[in-house]
Amino acid sequence: MNEFADSSKTPKHPYPDARGRYGDFGGKYVPETLMCALDELEQAYAAACEDDAFQAELRALQINYVGRPTPLYYAKRFTEHLGGAKVYFKREDLAHTGAHKINNALGQALLAKRMGKRRLIAETGAGQHGVATATAAALFGFDCDVYMGTEDIERQKLNVFRMKLLGTNVVPVDSGSKTLKDAINEALRDWVTNVADTHYVLGTVHGPHPFPLICRGFQSVIGREARQQIMEQEGRLPDCLIACVGGGSNAIGLFFEFLREDAIRMIGVEAGGYGIESGQHAARFAGGKLGMLQGAYSYVLQDENGQILGTHSVSAGLDYASVGPEHACLFTSGRVEYTYATDDEALDAFQLISELEGIIPALESAHAIAHACKVVPRMDPGEVVILNMSGRGDKDVHQAARFILSEDLT
Amino acid sequence: MNRIDARFNALSEEKKTAFIAFITAGDPTLDYTEELVLKFEEAGVDIIEFGVPFSDPVADGVVNQEAAQRALKHNVSLHDIVARIKTLRKRTQIPLVLFTYFNPVLAYGLASFAKDAADAGVDGVLCVDLPPEEAGEYRQRLDEKDIATVFLAAPTSSLERIEIIAQASTGFVYYVSRTGVTGERADVEASVKGRVAEIKGFSDKPVVVGFGISNPEQAAEVSGYADGVVVGSAIVRMVGELGEAPDMPAKVGDFVRSLVDATKGKDSA
Repeated sequence: MNEFADSSKTPKHPYPDARGRYGDFGGKYVPETLMCALDELEQAYAAACEDDAFQAELRALQINYVGRPTPLYYAKRFTEHLGGAKVYFKREDLAHTGAHKINNALGQALLAKRMGKRRLIAETGAGQHGVATATAAALFGFDCDVYMGTEDIERQKLNVFRMKLLGTNVVPVDSGSKTLKDAINEALRDWVTNVADTHYVLGTVHGPHPFPLICRGFQSVIGREARQQIMEQEGRLPDCLIACVGGGSNAIGLFFEFLREDAIRMIGVEAGGYGIESGQHAARFAGGKLGMLQGAYSYVLQDENGQILGTHSVSAGLDYASVGPEHACLFTSGRVEYTYATDDEALDAFQLISELEGIIPALESAHAIAHACKVVPRMDPGEVVILNMSGRGDKDVHQAARFILSEDLT
Repeated sequence: MNRIDARFNALSEEKKTAFIAFITAGDPTLDYTEELVLKFEEAGVDIIEFGVPFSDPVADGVVNQEAAQRALKHNVSLHDIVARIKTLRKRTQIPLVLFTYFNPVLAYGLASFAKDAADAGVDGVLCVDLPPEEAGEYRQRLDEKDIATVFLAAPTSSLERIEIIAQASTGFVYYVSRTGVTGERADVEASVKGRVAEIKGFSDKPVVVGFGISNPEQAAEVSGYADGVVVGSAIVRMVGELGEAPDMPAKVGDFVRSLVDATKGKDSA
């Protein structure tokens, strides 16, 4: 199995083009200093795609280190509870470090090794990408700095400690909204300064080309496995795919393999925060406008003067003002539907799946579950849904307790 | 003729190097910005760059980030800055360049921005996160209005890219003297002189050097081989420290005069 997504297999979605564009979206909007690094990365990735030894090394790590393939689990009690289509969970929460983020971090760390870099940097929101990058850095012996907003450090203390344990330096970012967007700004500033020996492990399908392509390449293993697994278990393709969308990497990871199947409905679920009318959310397709943030042209939550707005979500991993350019393309073409779930809906789903299935989902994944609760009951019992359980919720129990029990676990 | 070209032509005849001062527009208020411009003109500054405050300035160090935040406290927008330049043009004809991130320009709308900026008397625009490859319509709209499009060249730029940048730039080419964000530095990197010569190999447009130059000694050093010297963070830091003190523009003007004199080969009085 080729370990990379190959657009040529999906003639209905032949993106990105040579300029790193997904239709109108994407591109390379960076300070000149970084242009050479993006070119170097693009070439290294293209060469790695053709290199059997690289692919074999990545595949071996996926199997023996990450624990792939992750299971495709029939959620029987959740299905019975909803009384509609059969729901399967793609169990990325069972991947090493607890989320899909490791797929991309390990792949990019291998690329960095190939490029002769000695140091990795990363941004993190929920901490999952930071932990994944810290893990890859430990595995390969890279120095590693992870930028994290101070608000996120506060709500994800467990992951901060995990990163430190793995030998990574966590750099608090106190500027702007003190969340993911500001951590990315600081990581970009570091990369602009240390580009010669440092690789920036961007954690999602956002940022300047070739990051959205590379991240999709390393995450699309999710959809390839899911396709094979659903064929084994159901003998047919699914009718609907559901995934949460922050930057959008777990969603692209699941969707990409199925894009050429016109009959499969796909739904991306953004963070509705306190609701769209409150202005406190991260639903870019519901409340955003076209713009350019952090390297890519896409949908952006911004004011009328182009200043980037603060966002809110109970889930740090979805709390971001823009969205991957490929999602913008899939939104405008109508191929993928985008909707949102509010904080309250996500917290309800978080508890529901814990009680019904014995799985504590990440608050990010809980947004996908919340939407499943709305659409699955309206589907036919003969239909099949795959929901990407993008991460586990261990990291979220403190945050959830604050909302559910109104008390701090200390 | 565009005011930038006219100024460089005049400087070329005098065999002088341009001094370019950067300030964040609206820091601490647009009224102060206006006073600073007039003081800088008196001090002999050739071109002024207006930093357009942006919420997410990835190419800027802490000093310029904080200046942008001070301006954004008063919600200073690109519209406000363009409107203020229109007023300012009644008082000065000094060449003005907007140093901005791309999103505020996108939000304004490329066509409306080009039209309004030309009407107001903006002479050039530099988008720090817009490489020439992404600048098709932007260049077309600004070219139509005779507004210069300045692009950055960096220590990491390949010769192939230097050529693209030199050709896409009008007014002047801006060489970023170090690999990093804006901010003051103790030394000018030794490689800068050679890189400036490389850029000049591709075009006869003026080449200015900035990012990190922060005192008269460094300005004097760079003026030996560049067509222009840009100082930003050192001036912005002083503006930030003096804040809304009534004599802030005069004091900053005095500091800027020392930079101008060093650039022009005069001993500071």
